[in-house]
Parts: sequence; structure tokens; C-alpha cells
Amino acid sequence: MDNLDQIVREAQAAFAAISDPDALEQAKARFLGKSGQITELLKGLGKLPPEEKKTAGAAINVAKTAVEQALNERREAIRKAALEARLAEEALDVSLPGRSETRGGLHPVTRTLERIESLFASIGFEVADGPEIEEDFFNFTALNTPEDHPARSMHDTFYLQNPDGSVADKVLLRTHTSPIQARYMQAHVARYGQREKMPEIRIIAPGRVYRVDSDATHSPMFHQVEGLWIGEDVSFADLKGVIADFLKSFFETDELTVRFRPSFFPFTEPSAEIDVAFMSGALKGRWLEIAGCGMVHPNVLRHAGIDPEKYTGFAFGFGPDRLTMLRYGVNDLRLFFEGDLRFLRQFA
Amino acid sequence: MKFSESWLRTLVDPQLTSEELSHLLTMAGLEVEDLSPVAPAFDKVVVAQVLEVVKHPDADRLNVCQVDIGSGTPQQIVCGAPNVAAGLKVPCALPGAELPGDFRIKIAKVRGIESSGMLCSAKELGIAEEASGLLILPADAPVGQSIRQYLELDDQVFEIKLTPNRADCLSLLGVAREVGAITGVATNLPVVAEVPASIADRRAIALDAPVACPLYFGRVVKGVDAKALTPEWMKRRLERSGIRAISALVDITNYVMLELGQPLHVFDDAKLEGAVHARLARPAEKLLLLNEQTAAVDADVLMISDDAKPLAMAGIMGGEESGVTLETRDLFLESAFFAPAAIAGRARRYGFASDAAHRFERGVDFGGTRRAIERATQLILEICGGQAGPVVEAKAELPARQPVRLRTARAEKVLGVPLGSERIAGIFRGLALQFTQQGDDFLVTPPSWRFDMEIEEDLIEEIARLVGYDNIPSPAPRARMAMLRQPEAQRPAYRIRQMLADRGYQEVVNFAFVDTAWETDFAGKTDEADRIRLANPIASQMAVMRSTLFGGLISNLLTNLKRKQGRVRLFEVGRVFRRDTEATPVSGFAQPWRLGGLAYGTALPEGWADGGRKVDFFDVKGDLEALLLPAEAVFERLTHPALHPGRAARILLDGREIGCVGELHPEWVQKYDLPVAPILFELDFSALKQIVVPVYGEVSNFPPVVRDLAVVVDQDIALQSILEGLKPVLSSLVRDIQLFDLYVGKGVPENKKSLAFRIVMQDTQRTLQDSEVDAVVQQIASELAQKFDAERRA
Repeated sequence: MDNLDQIVREAQAAFAAISDPDALEQAKARFLGKSGQITELLKGLGKLPPEEKKTAGAAINVAKTAVEQALNERREAIRKAALEARLAEEALDVSLPGRSETRGGLHPVTRTLERIESLFASIGFEVADGPEIEEDFFNFTALNTPEDHPARSMHDTFYLQNPDGSVADKVLLRTHTSPIQARYMQAHVARYGQREKMPEIRIIAPGRVYRVDSDATHSPMFHQVEGLWIGEDVSFADLKGVIADFLKSFFETDELTVRFRPSFFPFTEPSAEIDVAFMSGALKGRWLEIAGCGMVHPNVLRHAGIDPEKYTGFAFGFGPDRLTMLRYGVNDLRLFFEGDLRFLRQFA
Repeated sequence: MKFSESWLRTLVDPQLTSEELSHLLTMAGLEVEDLSPVAPAFDKVVVAQVLEVVKHPDADRLNVCQVDIGSGTPQQIVCGAPNVAAGLKVPCALPGAELPGDFRIKIAKVRGIESSGMLCSAKELGIAEEASGLLILPADAPVGQSIRQYLELDDQVFEIKLTPNRADCLSLLGVAREVGAITGVATNLPVVAEVPASIADRRAIALDAPVACPLYFGRVVKGVDAKALTPEWMKRRLERSGIRAISALVDITNYVMLELGQPLHVFDDAKLEGAVHARLARPAEKLLLLNEQTAAVDADVLMISDDAKPLAMAGIMGGEESGVTLETRDLFLESAFFAPAAIAGRARRYGFASDAAHRFERGVDFGGTRRAIERATQLILEICGGQAGPVVEAKAELPARQPVRLRTARAEKVLGVPLGSERIAGIFRGLALQFTQQGDDFLVTPPSWRFDMEIEEDLIEEIARLVGYDNIPSPAPRARMAMLRQPEAQRPAYRIRQMLADRGYQEVVNFAFVDTAWETDFAGKTDEADRIRLANPIASQMAVMRSTLFGGLISNLLTNLKRKQGRVRLFEVGRVFRRDTEATPVSGFAQPWRLGGLAYGTALPEGWADGGRKVDFFDVKGDLEALLLPAEAVFERLTHPALHPGRAARILLDGREIGCVGELHPEWVQKYDLPVAPILFELDFSALKQIVVPVYGEVSNFPPVVRDLAVVVDQDIALQSILEGLKPVLSSLVRDIQLFDLYVGKGVPENKKSLAFRIVMQDTQRTLQDSEVDAVVQQIASELAQKFDAERRA
């Protein structure tokens, strides 16, 4: 039986020396193949006397199992080695940049407008829109600012030329988003005016507006966002509440003070200018003019066909450019309109 | 409105600091825009007299002066000012003085000669921007007195930004009245006595337009000295109000206007013929104004004239001919009330502004017209001498002051705060408003100086102002809750913008007015009648309303290329404008929202893994197709002024044109100096918002069968036309048909191309048999052969 031990040792040595899977299978044949050494020994069992057969058979099987085990271990070792080699070969420099389109971004003022719209949507304001080439009537007259009203000189207005070169007298570039309130109220009355109770108007109207003005702090085109709430019991106190809530939500801080001071707009009365002061940060303690607002003037309601005795309401107008500057610390209004990617990408 | 605090405090003097007073005014609606000291901080500067001036032995430009500073001993001071002379009185900074700009005065040797102080210019004291020499003081200035005291420099200038409704505060009197109302402090308003006539000379006055001018006081003053010097105190007050002193007569009228709010005019009486008329302009009337402008006045302009000629644009500006000069001896003084409606907008129409027009168009107190003429007469006699004639009054119907009803409950409802009628009555008394009370209702008669109290809201505003906006609570609002309707078939604008951003595009915002050349080049607007031109553009390159977003995007590209940004992808969402008689809501002008975009540079961000392929038509088309999903658009060849004719497409959605995409025309690539052509697109934004609410379709459990079919067709047959041609005959088993290969070259005849389609077939009820599938493919092949002369490839 020494022979068997030797065969096992031989097989183990032979397998261990092989690192190629095919060679391993060939080596296997030498021991376990059709005419392999172990197979031959098994074949020889038949010639042994029956009393020896049992012990010899058992011994050969032990040896066979040992050879098979050696083979399997070697197979596994070779497979593992091959896998290791492949993994090593396939390794990446994971620090290389990713391969795909980068992301662009929204304009910072768009970002602000989206936030304003969603904050107001959360208290039931829907978005309204209106034309930028506007009728003089809606920009001024319907807003209680008749021809020659001194308030008209507060708005340096762009006018249009007729094809014959004369100045068109009925249209202009809107100087504010307030004409949207006038248009919206009119449409609202046309829709619901017959009802005993008209549904409330709660709208926010963002847009581009135009004034003949251009320097470091003024752009001839800029943004405004108008708000309007008309209902049966809407008061100046409500206006103050909504504005304070909005500013705190927009700037995400309670560390600010809002101040209302009397002002004048032809289409609201009482009217107020809204100032805000931050209690911390770079602008700490300075009053910053941020919006105009007031109770909708009864003449404006009447123009739209709304009974001012029954309904009251407020309107306000914010400058989203200014809000954007304050929110993100932008110090030059002109950057918004230059299309410089180095600036715009910061808001992606 | 600008004025010095010391002047205001002569009229009302609340126990408040300048800052407290400023805050109070701001919070009452008289916004203090600026509060600044008349002079910066300095000390130890006194009135001094130069006694003797001797040339400095070692310096040409310096003088050695002996100066009396009131100490009894003349001081030796070296001075370099060109205007120094013996006998002059000038400010002198003594040793130890600290002048503005941290300038300390010490006893020092100047070129070897001791100098104990410095004679000062106005600039050195910080009270003027520029100075050409020493500040020369009047001969009667008391030597030794502190210059701060002598020139009243411990004073502040208030600058108030007044809203158009508060014309009553365009005077010291008005501001004082307001301060009195807010603080409750008694005012000490000027009492103006009548000046009795000492001569009988008078001029008749005719109110020919009594609605425009219902009240006119006139008075002749004879024998005045127009060259008399304006007193220092008056000059100082005028200058601190931002009005330059000119000559005594002009200064006096300006002073009275500032003090009482009544604009006045002085005519040279020698230039007047007959009666003075207030009348509307006559046809083709012209007048040379004081500002040297000749105005051809319209028929709605109120004029002051005599029997022969126009003299002045009433309440706006005087005429050059009839104005006073330094030679004037006799004058005619005017104090009148001109109705706001008769003045409003007129000055602006002629392209100028005046202090008088500013006041009259907002409303001047017609209760103070007489007072002003007496005050002016008094000052003229005091300063210029002369003899005054009687005041001639012409009067018609003055503006009615209708009582305005205020209901306490209404005020409480509008303001959202409980007030009570007691408190309201107190506020009205503080404002010197006359009223009667019936229960909780008030009937208020507005005073003659207020032109902004016509309706109940005007009074509610006054109440709110006096209560203080700060004292009205700001509760969280209550409202009936109702959900906002948000149609699912409408994509929010932000989602579309975000989708573009996610595909690498950066949003920009460009001006809506553009260069005329952009409209010609990128929109083909060569005819002026098609353009929408601004009547008053701020610059010639911002003169025309854009009808396409392309110009702005190309300009953005140039800006970024200059800043070394090689890969640029931009979009803008904005309105474009074109003339259209059918347009709504503003007739004549269509102004749809458009989405415009531009892609330039490599298809992907340049990097280690990319070949650096340039972006092309199909990259951008792919972006647009993704944006439009689930809708499928059709792209057809298009001729467009901005785009390469072979590389541009119109985009159709359900047969409706919604926009275009293409490569910039080579001509513009060259003209605008671009290294390579960008790809541009522009789409109707509202079409992008519309989407279809999904409808369920059955999902098949049976396997799809896929077959490929390759055909050879003529080069110029568009894929779109093949797909459209197949559509009506396709078997219902065909789920999808896609082009997966396009080949031109070896093996394909010249002017031909090979197209390979992948056809997916499926049934929801059963597995398809090979024979049916083959039949469908065969049918497609023969259809292609028939319609497009297509040859099937093996």
C-alpha cells in the first residue's frame, strides 16, 4: 500500500506545479483518467481474492478521494488566481472625471421667482401673466393714473413708434406688473360677476418691466412680481401679515425686521413702502427698500367692476432682482443681463 | 424738498434729536432721503482780519501776514493763497485746530519763517467742493468769533422725498405743520402783516380763463434797487435748500416759495402794457422763456399776458422779455392760484421742469395766496426799498372743498384694527381738519392746502399714518381654503426650464429691445414697417423690439467666447414681438412666449474620454425630441434667414409649426466673427407646456418579434417621407419601426443610400407565426419599392 501513498504524493506534487487550467486537466488524466494510475488500480481489484478486495478497495478509494481533493483545491486556486489577475487588469483610476453631459442651470432671478411663486402657492395664490407691450389704459388709467397725473413722471416710460415714425399714443412698454391686476380683475368679474358671492382673487404676477433708466443700480429692463388679494374681508393688517410671513420664509430667517412706512401710489390707498433690515450678516441693521404695497384703491376696483363697499383687498409689488441680490449676495444688477456663464453657473 | 434743520426749528421745535426727527418724518410718509451736516467736524477756526501782507523772503508764492484773531496780539501767519490782501476778513485756523481730513494745525516754520495758524478756503473747511482762494467774509464779520457760529455751520440739511400727493409739504410751513401734527408740539408759523400801499399805482387783472386761474393777486412796487445785496441769512437758507442765490428779487421770490409754498413771479413793470390777463394760449403763440428756450405753446397752456403780448407760461416759467433784470426799477408782483389740471404735464411736454410747475401741478394752498404777496412785498421793501401800490385781487370760483364722510367701522375694516371714534377725532384735530361728528360718522372738510382728501380712503390713510403703520398688527392672514387647480395637461414652465438645464443648457435673460441689424439678419425684418421701433430708446443698439431670441443668444455666445468659455449652451424663455392686427390682448402686437437656445463647442464637455466631436444638428435635435416627449414632432427642411438652408428644420407638432432648429447661416458666422457655427433653436413655449394626460393601453404578454429590413433608396429621399408613406399601410401588428443604420459608400450605388429598419411586431392575444411576420415585412418592402423605388438588400 506504500504504492498508494506514493501515488497521492505524486499527484499532489504534480498538481501543485501546474498553474494552467488545461495542463491541470491533462495531469488529472494521469491519475484519474481512463488509464490513470488510480483507475488502473481499481481495475486490478477484480483479480484479488475476495477477502483482500474489501480492504484494498477501501484503501484505493481513500487515495482516490485524496487525489480528487488535491485536484479540486488546485482548480479553485487557479480560478482564484485567474480572477485576481483579471481584477487587477480591469482596475480603473476612479479619480478620473465622469463621462456625461454636465448640468446647466436656471437664471438666478428665475430661481427666485420659482421660490416666490411656490411660497405664495402654499397660501393659495395662483400665477397670472400679462402682455409686455401694454395699453396705456391698463398701465396707467385703469390704475387711477390719468393722463398728466404727476405720478406718471415717476415712471420713465418707453413708447413705441408707428410704422410712419410718429409716436404710438395708446401703447407702451409696461412700466410695472400692476396692469396684470387690472386685467385679471376685469376677467375675474366677467367670469364670476353674476354670482352672489364672487370667489376671492389671490394671484401673483411675475414679469419683465421696462423703464428709461440705465446705470449701476438701474437696468432699462428688470423684473417685478405683483401680488393681489381681493376678498370680502381683506385688511391692511392682513397685508402686513402676509408680507412679513413671505419675507421670513423667503430669506429663511426670523432674524429680520420688516417696516411699513406711508407712501403714495395712485392705485393703492393707504399705500406703504416696505423696508427690511437683517439682524445679522453683512447688511445688518440697514433699512433696505424692498417693495411697494397698499390697499387697492376703490377707483381701481370700480374700473374693474368690483364694488369697493363689498370687497376690499391689497396689492404689492416686489423687485425680484433686488431679492435675488440680497439672497445670494450679488452686488451688481447688471450681471443678471450679461449672459456671462462664469456668473450664471454659480446658480446651477 | 431740501431745507436746513435750523430754519425748520424756528417754526416748530420738538424735543427730538435730528435723527429722531428724521425717523419720525420717514415713518409719517415724508421719507428723509438724506440727513447731512452743513459742514464736517472741525474746531478752533475763527473770523480773522488780515492786517499786513509781506512777501516771503525765500518763496515766490508765499506771503507772510500779520493777522488779528481777536486776541489782542497780531499773529504771524504764512499764506499761499493768491487772493490774500490786507484788510480782508477770512477764516483762520488756530494752532491746535483739527480740520477735515485729519489735518492738524501746529505752530511751524514755513521756509524758515514761523507761522502760527492757517488762513482757510471754503474747501479746506469742507463747506465747498472747490475753492480758488481764501473764503472772503463780509466786512462786518466780528473778528474772533468762531466761524462755526458766524456761518451757522452747526446745522443739518434734511432732504425729503415727497410723494406727489403731499405737495402741502413742499414748504417749510407745510413741513412744520406736519411735524406739529405728528408730535403734538405747537407751531410758530410766520404771521404776515398786510403791507399798506404808499402809492396808488395799480394794474388791472383779467381772469379770462377762470377755471384754470380762479385767483390772482397783483401789485406794483416802484423804485426798487434790483442791485441790492441779498442778506446772508437768506442766501444761507436758500443755498441749504439747494437753490443758488442769484439776485435780490429772484432770491426773495424763491425764499417765499420755500417758506410758504407759494410760487411767485416778478415782472419788470416797464415792459408791461395795459392790464394783466390769465388766459389760454392763442393759436400759433410763441414765447421766449427764461431758460432761453422758445416754446410754441399749445391751446391748453395757460398764459399770463398783457393787453399786447404773452408774458409768461402761467405757473411754469416766466418769459425772457418781461423778466426783471438788475436794471429793473419798477416791478409787478404776481401771486396766483393755478388749478393743477391746467398745469399738469405741460412743463414735461416742453422738455423741462420748474419748481413752480412742480408745485402747481400738485396743488398750492389757495388759502395762502394773499399771505405770500404780502410776505414778498415786505421782504422787497426791506431789502430793495421802493414804494408798494395796493394789492389788486381778481377772484373767480375757487376749488370746492366737499366734506368727506368717514365711517369708523369702515376705517376699522380696511385697516384691520380697532380704533374707536374718540381716537379718530383726536387724529383729525391734530391735523387741523374741520369736521362734524354724527355718532361714529365724521364729515370732514379738507383744508385749502390738501389736494389729496376727496374720498373716505384718503382719510383712512391719514388715520393709518397718524396711528403709525408700525402700530397696526400683522397677524397671519385668515382665508377660506380652496385648492389651486393645476391641470395635468400643462407642464409648469419651471419643469421645462429644468429639463433644459439638466441637458446642459444655462438659462440667460436678455433685453427685449435689440439692434436693428439683429432683426434684419436673424429675423429677415428688412422692411421698417415690420419692425417695432421704440420712440425713445436709451441707445441705438437697443432700439427695436425683438421678434426672435437668436440675436441675444448669439451676443451671449460672443461675450462668453471673449471670456474663454469654449463650450456654450444657453437658453432663454421670453416674449418676442411682432406686428399683428389680429393679436390679443393688445391689438396690433403679437407677443408670444418663446424658448430659444444655442449650442456651441464640443458635443460633450471636453475630457480624457471624449474625441472632442463638435455639437451638430442631431445633438440638438435629440435634446428637443427629449423635451417634447411624449409628443413626437416632425422635422422638415426649412429656409430661415438666420439658418443654413441645408441644415435647418421647421418643427411640426400635429401638423402645426411650433418652431425651428438649425445651424447658423455661414454668412452670419462670418459677419459675427464666430470660429464655427452654433446650432440654434426656437420654439413656441406654450406648445411645450401642452402635454397629453396618459391613457392606458394593454401590455402584451406574448413575445415581440423583431425583423430587420434594409433597402437602398435615392439619397434625397427624407426619412420622414418614408415613415409618413408607410404609415397608412402598416399592419396593426407593427408596434415600432426604427431606422437603426444609415450607410453610404462602398457597395451602395452613387447617389443612393442604404437604410436599415428594425421592425417590432407583437400581438396582445397570441404568439405570432413566422409566416405572418414574414408577410408583414414583405408588405413593407413592396410598399417601399412601389412608393420610393426602394431596392431590398440581402
